[in-house]
Amino acid sequence: MEVITVTKDTFDEEVMKSSTPVLIDFNADWCGPCRMLRPILDEVASSNDKVKVVSINIDDEDELADKYEVSSIPCLVLIKDGKEVNRNVGLIAKEQLESFIGE
Amino acid sequence: MYDIIIIGAGPAGLTAAIYGKRALKKVLVLEALSYGGQIINTLDIENYPAAAHISGFDFATNLYNQAKELGTEIKFEKVTNIIDNDDIKKVVTSKGEYETKTIIIATGADNRKLGLENEDKLIGKGISYCATCDGNFFKGKDVAVVGGGNTALEDTLYLTDLVNKVYLIHRRDEFRGDPTIVEKLKEKDNVEFVYNSNVTKLISNDKLEGVEVTNKDGSTKELSVSGLFVAIGKVPENENFKEIINLDESGYIIAGEDCHTNREGIFVAGDNRVKELRQLVTATSDGAIAATEAVKYINK
Repeated sequence: MEVITVTKDTFDEEVMKSSTPVLIDFNADWCGPCRMLRPILDEVASSNDKVKVVSINIDDEDELADKYEVSSIPCLVLIKDGKEVNRNVGLIAKEQLESFIGE
Repeated sequence: MYDIIIIGAGPAGLTAAIYGKRALKKVLVLEALSYGGQIINTLDIENYPAAAHISGFDFATNLYNQAKELGTEIKFEKVTNIIDNDDIKKVVTSKGEYETKTIIIATGADNRKLGLENEDKLIGKGISYCATCDGNFFKGKDVAVVGGGNTALEDTLYLTDLVNKVYLIHRRDEFRGDPTIVEKLKEKDNVEFVYNSNVTKLISNDKLEGVEVTNKDGSTKELSVSGLFVAIGKVPENENFKEIINLDESGYIIAGEDCHTNREGIFVAGDNRVKELRQLVTATSDGAIAATEAVKYINK
């Protein structure tokens, strides 16, 4: 799978109602570490079908960023059955990301 | 066996790789996190010669691609130890070990933390080390900046346009940083200077709600803030090398402008070296020198 861009209109469908765990990447275009993280997320998305990876741009989707009380990016939030189960703030290496997701 | 193993893929390490490859050496760069180092946090680089206005991300990516095109091998593995058996040195990582003739340590520096309880837990929940990255999340709120150098002053100035109020907490009553920025801050009506004070406690309930500051005279007060921007300098990432490499009392590797450490064939480049000025241009300069010295050592 590829990383899916999610907005407040598609959030319910893609995240809350997802049958597989969802890894949300809160990011912004101007954020260097977020841009560094993106290829790592692309790799995880294409190699791992146990998790759905979604991208939320905090400048476009400030309501969603507020809802998850994001105050520093990149911020990864792992959602299972609609509930937050894990969170990581800042750039993370692929290995650590894999254990964050829980493989 | 490699000719040169470079530890760290920031501006110093990648520049060293370019110089090593152009001298036709077999070069491996080992990086724990991602290429680029600290510069990826910079929105706009304004002081690199002939490249005014480039983002830190683009700068790092150009440099990375340049090193790759020359044939540099780059592996994302964390270095845990180095072993110096004179002519054959070993670099040990989380995944294995590699033999090399020379080593360049270009691990750079990381943000210095306050060392207070719950600090790590509150990163992303009110504690930040980068005002330009995270300032937007505190629009209209009260925040504090702690520090007295240029970063603290620039962070405060940046935040004044976004937030309701900024407390600038400094342990002295004078700033080391640029006096012109201090003057600008004094003209702002939403900056309160908290002099002679240290942050001594983080007040939180899941999220940061305030900080306790203690004055030199022993008195304490609480500031109600939802954000604390920590700008108290950097710490060099030399912990893994201290058994064999001489460090100064602050943890920087002792080496002159020739980038030679106390061990033959082991060099240092970038912000983790003892030096007067830590800038992008001095990091890349170190990279060029360290690689050239390494090549000289190999060809000897």
